[in-house]
Amino acid sequence: MRVLAALSGGVDSAVAAARAVDAGHDVVGVHMALSRSRAEFRTGSRGCCSIEDAGDARRAADVLGIPYYVWDLSERFEETVVADFLSEYQAGRTPNPCVRCNEHIKFEALMDKALALGFDAVCTGHYAQVRIAADGTRSLHRSADLAKDQSYVLAVMGRERLARSMFPLGDVRTKDEVRGEAATRGLSVSAKPDSYDICFVADGDTRGFLRDRLGERPGPVVDVEGRVVGEHQGAYGFTVGQRKGLGLARPADDGRPRYVVDVSAATNTVVVGPAELLTVRAVHGQDAVWLADDGLDGRPFDCHAQLRAHGAPVPAIVTRTGGPGVRVEVPAGVRGVAAGQSVVLYDEDRVLGQATITGTDR
Amino acid sequence: MHPAAIEAMVVELGRTGNASSLHDAGRAARRVVEESRELLAARLGARPSEVILTAGGTEADNLAVKGIFWARRAERSDRTRVLVSAVEHHAVLDPAAWLAEHEGAEVVLLPVDRSGCVELGALQAELAAHGDRTALLSLMWANNEVGTVQPVHEAVELAHAAGVPVHVDAVQAVGQLEVEFAALGADAMTVSGHKLGGPVGVGALVARRDVPLVPVLHGGGQERGVRSGTVDVASARAFAVAVDHAVTERPAFAARVASLRDELVAGIVRAVPDALPQGAGVAGRGGERLPANAHVVFPGCEGDSLLFLLDSHGVRCSTGSACRAGVPQPSHVLLACGVPAQEARGALRLSLGRTTSRADVERVVGVIAEVVERARAAG
Repeated sequence: MRVLAALSGGVDSAVAAARAVDAGHDVVGVHMALSRSRAEFRTGSRGCCSIEDAGDARRAADVLGIPYYVWDLSERFEETVVADFLSEYQAGRTPNPCVRCNEHIKFEALMDKALALGFDAVCTGHYAQVRIAADGTRSLHRSADLAKDQSYVLAVMGRERLARSMFPLGDVRTKDEVRGEAATRGLSVSAKPDSYDICFVADGDTRGFLRDRLGERPGPVVDVEGRVVGEHQGAYGFTVGQRKGLGLARPADDGRPRYVVDVSAATNTVVVGPAELLTVRAVHGQDAVWLADDGLDGRPFDCHAQLRAHGAPVPAIVTRTGGPGVRVEVPAGVRGVAAGQSVVLYDEDRVLGQATITGTDR
Repeated sequence: MHPAAIEAMVVELGRTGNASSLHDAGRAARRVVEESRELLAARLGARPSEVILTAGGTEADNLAVKGIFWARRAERSDRTRVLVSAVEHHAVLDPAAWLAEHEGAEVVLLPVDRSGCVELGALQAELAAHGDRTALLSLMWANNEVGTVQPVHEAVELAHAAGVPVHVDAVQAVGQLEVEFAALGADAMTVSGHKLGGPVGVGALVARRDVPLVPVLHGGGQERGVRSGTVDVASARAFAVAVDHAVTERPAFAARVASLRDELVAGIVRAVPDALPQGAGVAGRGGERLPANAHVVFPGCEGDSLLFLLDSHGVRCSTGSACRAGVPQPSHVLLACGVPAQEARGALRLSLGRTTSRADVERVVGVIAEVVERARAAG
């Protein structure tokens, strides 16, 4: 196959590309330039978009002996991922930019261009597994290393895109295995630290980034009775479930810790309350994407739901509510669910589908 | 590299000797350097004492632009204007911009016409208005991207009439055009090794003895005190051999590649009727162009898609645009020629060389229609 290997400049994508080469594919490396001002995105150890990373990606391609190109997707990235990030926070929700990047950039802009140029598949260093059934249908599964599993942020791509995706690291047991393999292959990125935070927030200070881009918007922090208990500099800086950084002058009447239980963009108000108000028993989702046929007959079905990146899966009963809507009941209750995050549904380690959380019921 | 240049370089690499030393090994090395200098001078129509060896074209351009600016401003403090064409190589544009940012220079970008040829009227007007405050004019002999040959002789005449020294970047010209430093009359001229079959990392600034030059590199005082650093004997020798071959073989080479190039451009336009050949001497435009250069814009294509698709057909070319951190940017040359930014993204520069054959041309012509169609679909 003609395979386009997305090379971020990190160790995972380099080893994934190497494995695609070993498998006998005709591989071309492509580094995506996502920042319009390339020095802007973080450099060195923590990033995926800097000049250093582009150099590391090129170096990896040279070691593997594959052609290397840089594709400028910065405009699309700004229009989709960064714009969505800002408008979601502005609307009082908590977006996951990695999900949006996979949806709009890696498995849309990059993949579309690759397919148009004659490639058969896109290979990335994501930790997830694609399995092919006897009838040829493909399914997405958690990676062998559950600690590194990225199926949560990949589910959004949908079936058609899955058929064109290749994740050679899905069967890796530990990250050290990848580093060892990189060193053996002579890839200089073998000891490069992992990236964790949001690549376009240069110093990891998300609230500062939002303040710079959206401006300060002071407003009240109120308790559940509506009494003003403090002031904030912009409701967009808060996430449901958050406890730290509330800046409340007065302790609660009962002395118990208070959490953000609601963020209202319309009134620029942050609502705080006791921990028990964080527990939700149902989640509403929209823009559902399905990788499996479960629930197509309209009947509720049992599965596990994961409600945030690296969150634990919880038993759930799912009902397709018509069109792209979904209702996910969590009988045991789950805490800290923020609108804007994804709810991803699993049958054991197999991904059934995903939706974007729009609201919760207590 | 030219085989003769490789051979000459290997011979010299096997010898020891610092050309600045007084012992016999040093004398032998010095003899090689000076004979190389004499050969370079002979082939470039200059005097040996005018050849300042550098580590390449970029260094020679920096030495010319900064060195002449500093020296001329030292003579008169308000002499701060630097004239360059808008289509110069970055090795000239960026030193000029640096002088503007750090040394108070006023950089004037001289406009070019649709073919990339500098507007002599604009130069004349500049010189008439501010000639006494102008430190230098730097104008390339021929453009590296679109291949247009500049009216360097006329420009030298105009500038000298206004008392302004002229630097000519001849990196693209040597081996493709007849280059005679003395006949040109310019004050300084840049030549580079690797563009004409010599090694990478060596070049020269050919500079008249009376041109004022402040050094960029300070140190041991080599190369008449303007360019310090131990002279690279082996590179100097290989450079001279390469220039010797390039200049001697030029008439036959230029005639052969110009005819292949014309076939290539005609074939591309036949296969892709809306392709837009750039530069002088094509698409009904007058002027002279480099014989080994073809430059074509394919509207609606991304240059890097064209590059990738051609590469998979075994055709190696360049997008003809500068990269910033690996990201292709619309070429400043095309923008200066008046090509819209969107169109400039689909630029392709095809260079022909000693080993280019008719079969190579036919291969490009044979695949270009399919490649362009696919690149357009990819967006």
